[in-house]
Amino acid sequence: MRAERLGRAVENKILVDDVSFEVVTGEVLALAGPSGAGKSSLLRLLNRLDEPTTGTVYFEGVDYRQIPPRELRRKLGMVSQRPFLFPGTVDENLRFGPRQRGELLPSASVEELLARVGLQGYAARPVANLSGGEAQRVSFARTLANSPLVLLLDEPTSSLDDASKREVEFLIHKIVREQKLTCVVVTHDTAQAERLAQRAVLLAAGKIVRVGPVREVLHA
Amino acid sequence: MLRELISGQLQLGLAQAGAAAMAALLVVLLARKRGIHLEGEAVIAMVRGIVQIVAVGSILLLLLRAPRWTGVFLLASMIVAAGATSARRAKGMPDAFRVSTWSIACGAGSVIAVMAWLGVIDTGITSLVPVGSMLIANAMNTNGLALNRLRSEVLSHTGEIETALALGAEAKTSVAPYVQGAFEASLIPAIDSLRSLGIVWIPGLMAGMLLSGARPVYAAIYQFVVLAMIFAASGLTSLVSTMLIRARIFTSAQQLILQPGR
Repeated sequence: MRAERLGRAVENKILVDDVSFEVVTGEVLALAGPSGAGKSSLLRLLNRLDEPTTGTVYFEGVDYRQIPPRELRRKLGMVSQRPFLFPGTVDENLRFGPRQRGELLPSASVEELLARVGLQGYAARPVANLSGGEAQRVSFARTLANSPLVLLLDEPTSSLDDASKREVEFLIHKIVREQKLTCVVVTHDTAQAERLAQRAVLLAAGKIVRVGPVREVLHA
Repeated sequence: MLRELISGQLQLGLAQAGAAAMAALLVVLLARKRGIHLEGEAVIAMVRGIVQIVAVGSILLLLLRAPRWTGVFLLASMIVAAGATSARRAKGMPDAFRVSTWSIACGAGSVIAVMAWLGVIDTGITSLVPVGSMLIANAMNTNGLALNRLRSEVLSHTGEIETALALGAEAKTSVAPYVQGAFEASLIPAIDSLRSLGIVWIPGLMAGMLLSGARPVYAAIYQFVVLAMIFAASGLTSLVSTMLIRARIFTSAQQLILQPGR
């Protein structure tokens, strides 16, 4: 996936300014920078939840504006800061994505996904009864149910306590390694960026300040 | 008391309007004491209301001998005015005036046309315009409620909506629960009016018919007819407006336009 001169301005306010970078298959790239640097705005441009005002993204060599948005978003799975689970059970949440394409996710696949995020036997539980960490893990499983090629993670541990934070970090490591997923993770936590990513893009005021190996970028 | 003091009908009407306005202002003052400031909006609404209704009364007087098509023209103008009023309740919604006007035209307009064709509404101008205006006014309120509710539901659930989009859902699927909620909420007044008819309130039309000498049973049945028409017009208006606005709060690339703070 390659972002080329990507930018977004809303009512004369520049959120992302002329950003270009590439992320290769199986790589974990951290988007780092202070609050308001444009990290989340950039992530929303990558799966086209917002429209770039300049530039574009090439996904598997194709300008992403040529790909139907729903198909693009299925391939670029996103996990946000808060899990935003839909009312109902864990099982219904996991089946949501495949159902949008007219597919019924088999019960065995639901169990397999839950096992992957360490929530075996949770399928029938109402989401209202889950803890913060459990809800975020269900959110991961729900995204994985779409079999994405790229994972876009928007500060996935920022609303969690320390114990849940470590669980979710471990989960990201495991999933990315096992499924050889490409991953772009937004974080303002330097230590977390070092634990999760190989390379980092440092942003400030919507612009790229540095790109390179995570330690070099964050400790320069 | 007023009837004993004032003899002329016009003077009595003005005195009665003054007394009713005093009651409304008293509520405004009570609200003000509790820190709720309604005075500006309430005074403007009351002044507008009395000026408008007196103007329409005068026009009706002139139209008594006018050809029937003038009734249709008058109702069409009311629909446009209702669209403009209703759109103000949907501040920030894209294309709210056009959506509101089309929805009220489809909802109230089609019910008026079909009922006039069936003979349920008399096509004489003195019947068509007042009954038609009742349907338009109620459709306007329902439309305002539906758009206002949908706007606040969408703004408070952008996370859920964008999560659904990010999982590959169609735009209309991502907002379906909020569209349904707005539609249901907008119809609560119309349903409650039907439910409480005759028990909690005896509406003005029935009272008017009784005063003008209609048989009580016919007046009662016709009041039900009017409320059922109001329900049909309001329901259709809300259905159309939520459907039309749903398509306008997303871009062609299925991105949510309506965002908090934008």
